[in-house]
Amino acid sequence: MMTNQGNRVTQGQFSYLPDLTDAQIGKQIDYALSNGWSIGVEYTDDPHPRNVYWEMYGNPMFDLLDAAAILMEINACRKTFPSHYIRVTAFDSTRGWETPRMSYIVNRPAKEPGFGLARQEAEGRNIRYRISSYATDRPEGERYK
Amino acid sequence: MDMAVASPQALFEASGVKDVLDRLDSELIGLTPVKSRIRDIAALLLVDKLRTEQGLQSQPPSLHMSFTGNPGTGKTTVAMRMAEVLKQLGYVRKGHLVAVTRDDLVGQFIGHTAPKTKEVVKKAMGGVLFIDEAYYLYKPENERDYGQESIEILLQAMENQRDDLVVILAGYKDRMDTFFGSNPGMASRVAHHIDFPDYSEAELMQIAQLMLRALNYDFDASAAAAFARYITLRRQQPHFANARSIRNALDRMRLGHATRVVRADSAPTREQLRTLQAEDIAGSRVFDSPAAASGG
Repeated sequence: MMTNQGNRVTQGQFSYLPDLTDAQIGKQIDYALSNGWSIGVEYTDDPHPRNVYWEMYGNPMFDLLDAAAILMEINACRKTFPSHYIRVTAFDSTRGWETPRMSYIVNRPAKEPGFGLARQEAEGRNIRYRISSYATDRPEGERYK
Repeated sequence: MDMAVASPQALFEASGVKDVLDRLDSELIGLTPVKSRIRDIAALLLVDKLRTEQGLQSQPPSLHMSFTGNPGTGKTTVAMRMAEVLKQLGYVRKGHLVAVTRDDLVGQFIGHTAPKTKEVVKKAMGGVLFIDEAYYLYKPENERDYGQESIEILLQAMENQRDDLVVILAGYKDRMDTFFGSNPGMASRVAHHIDFPDYSEAELMQIAQLMLRALNYDFDASAAAAFARYITLRRQQPHFANARSIRNALDRMRLGHATRVVRADSAPTREQLRTLQAEDIAGSRVFDSPAAASGG
């Protein structure tokens, strides 16, 4: 298990820390809101690092002012997708930025089997590498149980 | 006790609550019962804070309120102030006011109401949710009305998210009483029923002066007398909306003033531009009423 320490996907902020508690998530949301960034909640069960298209849970919350309301939404998402990856994204709409400024995982499956590395022989003894999550061998929605 | 504990009075002044309450006193005329209730709530929240410091049990009180009163008695204004006061006291985190009416809460088809109401509740979290004319949510004559669903979600939010938002229901006294009568769940969750009394003539005059000062206008002596008479007569007529009627009367007076200034040949002086005269209001229909003819 040298290549998958602690069996955890490490993507986005805080991913080498223990999972954030709700109070800690609330503080991070407060920080984002105080900067005028709007929060979105996204989920997926395909944790490939190049998978940037996570599904949105509801609309981005442009009009909410308080962390409690966003935590409510996060918890609703956790209830719907208890064993998916869920991340919170803070989007900065300032001209010139127009990009997510924060992104961190707030929910992950109980068991993350990690990634397999496959090598392919190509022309001239080149080697191409491919990684894929062991979980994604199964169809969408059945990957983590 | 040798422990250095700040006196409640000092704490009261340091918390910035005093400033907010003082401003409430100076900017809102009359409304004594309302102000004293706000003072009580402020005191309770402050004492709760002191109790927490001493390690005593303190449960945040339920602060859902109902404001009843005739139109123009300042319900919305006070609700806005309430959000500020509660923010200063640390009871709500953000202190914004979300003012809604029935059509912001109730949907148009089955399944539309719940998300709509929840959306509003989420928007109001950390602040105050002000529901104007709340009795329209409940329409007993139509049992398929979606208002009931909205009420149920509000009740749930008022109970479970008590720390996150304060709900203020507002409307006419008699209709609110009927509303609470037919929604006992709502009545039991609203701890504070505050009645906004109608303003007296003297208070209305003070309100008029306050509004004028904010707009950089002034009455001359004749105008003050004429306006006092206007208030007396207007109060006896139907559809009198307290401060709102006063504001409308002042707006019309400004129209009269502008016409008079424009009609004059000479360039108006600064003094003329800011002084309202009796003739600016003399054209009002209020003075044609039978009450005025019989000597008011």
